[in-house]
Amino acid sequence: MTRLRNLFAAPAAALMLVTIGVPAGIVCVYSVLSRGAYGGVELPWTLENYSRLIDPLYGGILVRSLALAAAATVICILLGFPLALFIAQSGTRKNLYLSLVILPFWTSFLIRLYAWMFLLRDTGLINTVLQSLGLIRQPLPLLYNNGAVLLGLVYGFLPFAVLPIYATLERLDKSLLEAAADLGARPIAVLTRVTLPLCAPGIGAAAILVFVPCLGTYITSDLLGGSKTILIGNLVQNQFSTARDWPFGAAVSIVLMIVAVLLMFTVRRRGEELL
Amino acid sequence: MEDILELRGLSKQFATHRAVHDVSLAVERGAFFSLLGPSGCGKTTTLRLIAGFEAPTAGEIWLNGSRIDALPPFRRNVNTVFQSYALFPHLTVLGNVEFGLRHVPVADAEQRVRRVLEQVQMSDKQSRKPSELSGGERQRVALARALVLAPDVLLLDEPLSALDPQLRKQVRAELKALQRQTGVTFLFVTHDQEEALALSDRIAVMRGGEVEQAGTPQELYQTPRTRFVASFLGEMNWVDGIGIRPECVRVALEGFPNARPGRIAHTTFLGPHRHFTIQLDGGELVTAQTGAAVQFANGETVQVSWDPADELRFSS
Amino acid sequence: MKRGLAVYAVAIYAFLHLPLLILAIFSVNASRFTAWQGFSLQWYAAMLADRDLLESAGNSLAIAVASTALSTVIGTLAAYSLWKRASNWLAGGLYLSLVTPEIVTGVSLLALFQWAFRYVDFRLGMHTVILAHVSFSIAYVVVVVLARLRGFDPALEEAAQDLGATEFAAFRRVTLPYLAPAIAAAAMLAFTISIDDYVITSLVAGVDSQTLPMVIYAMARRGVSPVLNAVSTTIVVLLGTLVLLSERLRRA
Repeated sequence: MTRLRNLFAAPAAALMLVTIGVPAGIVCVYSVLSRGAYGGVELPWTLENYSRLIDPLYGGILVRSLALAAAATVICILLGFPLALFIAQSGTRKNLYLSLVILPFWTSFLIRLYAWMFLLRDTGLINTVLQSLGLIRQPLPLLYNNGAVLLGLVYGFLPFAVLPIYATLERLDKSLLEAAADLGARPIAVLTRVTLPLCAPGIGAAAILVFVPCLGTYITSDLLGGSKTILIGNLVQNQFSTARDWPFGAAVSIVLMIVAVLLMFTVRRRGEELL
Repeated sequence: MEDILELRGLSKQFATHRAVHDVSLAVERGAFFSLLGPSGCGKTTTLRLIAGFEAPTAGEIWLNGSRIDALPPFRRNVNTVFQSYALFPHLTVLGNVEFGLRHVPVADAEQRVRRVLEQVQMSDKQSRKPSELSGGERQRVALARALVLAPDVLLLDEPLSALDPQLRKQVRAELKALQRQTGVTFLFVTHDQEEALALSDRIAVMRGGEVEQAGTPQELYQTPRTRFVASFLGEMNWVDGIGIRPECVRVALEGFPNARPGRIAHTTFLGPHRHFTIQLDGGELVTAQTGAAVQFANGETVQVSWDPADELRFSS
Repeated sequence: MKRGLAVYAVAIYAFLHLPLLILAIFSVNASRFTAWQGFSLQWYAAMLADRDLLESAGNSLAIAVASTALSTVIGTLAAYSLWKRASNWLAGGLYLSLVTPEIVTGVSLLALFQWAFRYVDFRLGMHTVILAHVSFSIAYVVVVVLARLRGFDPALEEAAQDLGATEFAAFRRVTLPYLAPAIAAAAMLAFTISIDDYVITSLVAGVDSQTLPMVIYAMARRGVSPVLNAVSTTIVVLLGTLVLLSERLRRA
């Protein structure tokens, strides 16, 4: 019995090792080396890359990224919970409503961001409509700022929030809600005193699934934020392309990784997992 | 009659507990043999050890003269009827039954399948899928699937427990008839003592991973060797450390020599019998079984007695 | 409260779907400006005439097919192995792969390749992209297949072995047929992830191979273009159909 199981796990395990384990090690090593003259890395060893992160210049980027990710997470959960509730209570049409949530999510993140570019720019649909209705005279600067990035993040990751919350709601023992009603609780009270607390694991999972990718987002800020909104993801990408400072990029990556792993461990529960 | 299956000092130790300990049994060829005991007694683990889904920590398993405890399940000539029947949902009845006949020539296989389907009376449903069958029908398919491979021993893991009581009696009779008809050795696991008594040629009563006693139903019922076996099979009264069966207890208004006085505490009408629960003057409760014609009122004073020859005494 | 929720749901669904619908509408707008000037398919014609676009689409397709095949097989086997006996290392690694920000994954893989290329005579290209795609798709395949396995009665495999099938034959003849819908759904999922990936692909693709997302991204950075509207709509419709099919299969 054991041999087959080990044989089956081997390719995945090997691949994980090679594409996650080894690269993580390499990036760790790079983060304590110095920048090479033509890109790449070279000796001497140094901790300078990490100390640079405390510089106020980079501190601002860090704070902005954390703030945006946190805001996006909160908004996604606030918007997502009622929708998950709706789907869970919708009886026979559950699958339809779920598909309607999953559909936009899987059809090209890039294109969905582009759609907002189309809507928000100065000559875009929203501004054109508002101007033709006479509500404004000059186009509103809707694109290329933090607000647009936040909108893009929420739009992109809302389904990520809905699905885990829905999964938890689905598995809820309905007789608990009936018991609460039987004991005199009105619908709102049942929601706040029974449903919400029992939903906590799902909400936690949703928070992680939204916050971590938002923290490391790259294309959202690049397309919707223009050059004014630099987040951690853009910083890292920059170091590996134009700035050619691999060690510094590696250091920032490591920090981002550590934050992701820490958050993962705090929220991950046994039994309430995808894996 | 030679033994087709022999367990010698079989033990299975799990990380947290000892499931089977030093079990030694011999099963005769063509017998209907039952492993009987409460849940957790190790009977299912013993079955799984014989089938090959668990490896023993000690002991040997001999089948038809050769040792099999080191062989994987697919190399042992035993087949199992699982408690949940485990029918393959993506195959029809026919597909399920012929599943194990891969290495048999086609004509031969067809004939065997046809015959066994007739034996379990499922020939007309062979193109149905398991989801379209009733519980009883599924069990018959599970039986057919195992029997078609002509195993040396057929292992049955509580096959009747998933059926409703009325169906159970009927299927029980069919099972016994099938065993007689095919002549295959059945090793039957159950916690239902009535079932075991009705079906078996021999029974092994298990408790806590060990065999308390093995013998014919009559031997176990009339001459139990331990208190546990005595209590587990049929009903038992315990008075002053002596055991006496309810059907051996005599109740009358008039005194017998050595009779004890008592008062009727409770009456239960069971159809063909009546059960009287009597509180003796010493405080003990005794249950007596009588014919339905016998009637006493609650609270009536009666005399209780029995034949000393029917007493069961145990050392512990 | 039910009615309030329903109204809310409509609003959210509108929020989620309207932008794409609007894009689709404007992809058949004869004018390249926001003002509507009649129905026209000229932008679709322009899209089909763009050689670079078509070549990159071909690359993306080839990469997606290859990485889907590999990741589906490896992922299914891994899911089965995890179902048989939980492994904290494997499960943890897969979870990490799901949760890690794309930029970190991309950068790590780039570092890996550049380091490896000092010892092996290779460059960045389609093969490195395929390897990257396989590695991040596996976790998604495992999630889908494992979910299906949780509803599978282990007694079925034991029954198969009891009837003479070896371990592998039992897996092949009993478990695999049961898993078929989930495997198909997982494959479609892996396909859509691969087709759409930008961040990781752009880092490990090198200069010679362009994928469709890379071309789209470059166009989007230059600003809005009606050809891009047409491309977007086409992709959304194709992928959307694939995703719906996948969901149907997963629930079969």
